[in-house]
Amino acid sequence: MELYLNLFIKSVFLENMALAFFLGMCSFLACSKRVETALGLGVAVVFVQVLTVPINQLILHHLLAEGALSWISPSLARVDLGFLAFILFIGTIAAAVQIVEMVVERFAPALYTTLGVFLPLIAVNCVILGGSLFMQERDYRFGESVVYGFGSGLGFMIAIVALAAIREKLVYSDVPHGLRGLGITFITTGLMSVAFMMFSGIQL
Amino acid sequence: MTASTSVFGKHERAALITPVIANNPIGVQVLGICSALAVTTRVDKALVMAIGVTLVTAFANLAVSLVRNYTPSSIRIIVQLAIIASLVIMVDQVLKAFLFEISLELSVFVGLIITNCIVMGRAEGYAMQNPPWASFLDGIGNGLGYGLVLILVAVVRELLGAGKLFGVTILTTQSDGGWYEPNGLMLLAPSALFTIALLIWLLRTWKPELQEKS
Repeated sequence: MELYLNLFIKSVFLENMALAFFLGMCSFLACSKRVETALGLGVAVVFVQVLTVPINQLILHHLLAEGALSWISPSLARVDLGFLAFILFIGTIAAAVQIVEMVVERFAPALYTTLGVFLPLIAVNCVILGGSLFMQERDYRFGESVVYGFGSGLGFMIAIVALAAIREKLVYSDVPHGLRGLGITFITTGLMSVAFMMFSGIQL
Repeated sequence: MTASTSVFGKHERAALITPVIANNPIGVQVLGICSALAVTTRVDKALVMAIGVTLVTAFANLAVSLVRNYTPSSIRIIVQLAIIASLVIMVDQVLKAFLFEISLELSVFVGLIITNCIVMGRAEGYAMQNPPWASFLDGIGNGLGYGLVLILVAVVRELLGAGKLFGVTILTTQSDGGWYEPNGLMLLAPSALFTIALLIWLLRTWKPELQEKS
């Protein structure tokens, strides 16, 4: 339990996908103009992340890892398909995003219109693929991968909602012309990232 | 033969040159920020990353453009992803075979080239409408524009943060008996954001037509 709690805190705050690793920056910047949109994207990311990281963990350990295919026939015990991980991960992600899109369109049409083109973009959001790749690199087991998927998605959601809240207020400030829009958003994100660095070293 | 089909006509030259500065993927199109921030602590890492992205973008554009007339638009995203993922697997395997140490340091970011918006954005936005050769050049051009920003940021960060370039000491730090007090913040993640913000500020002061009205 302690292990999972620790992993959860770590993935939300210490290793925040957006503010410590800068993953998913494209949608992080594009969808953070309004809190509502940011929240919608955040929820979608959490949902897809909780689905895809554990699924990819299962694929990795039961199909791709060295010796994982030995349950089919012993002659395959030495086969290592690890290099196929990228293409299978992205396939899983694309499929999961498609499902989420259909579910959202069916049950929350208002949210669907708000998110618009950004929902399919989750498929190419680095947070999602990054989560699966970190899972592979750190060799998480199934339970850990569920917690990690949820934590990293939640971390991204917190970060993007916070940035959107700041940007809504930022509209009223007098920013130098060259910095307007993108530039000042970068600086704000940088300051948020400095603030998140103070979490480093926390351990339960 | 019309002008647009010549090997290096006006159209092709524009495809190669505009993305480098005037339509820079990071500074103007705001694509591919993720990796630009994460791999720029050292110049050699940035260089390897830039070469990888340039190759993947160029060949992905070429391949997508070759099959563009046979791809139903409903499955085009998955076709593009399959092409890009295969190319990235090749880059990853080559890096693991010949540059193992750098590949360890880049860790997940090589795999993340798949979701780098530049590759996807150019495949979708350019290669789907243009002939293969122009698309290939557009890929090279965007890769170069991306690499340019990446290397600029990496030079600033490595020089100010560690006093080195490519791991070679340029400014001797005080801990080694020199005069330079390294700025530790430059090696940490947030400095990449500040550096890119300053670059964008410079670019937009130089080219005011790029400024956003808000």
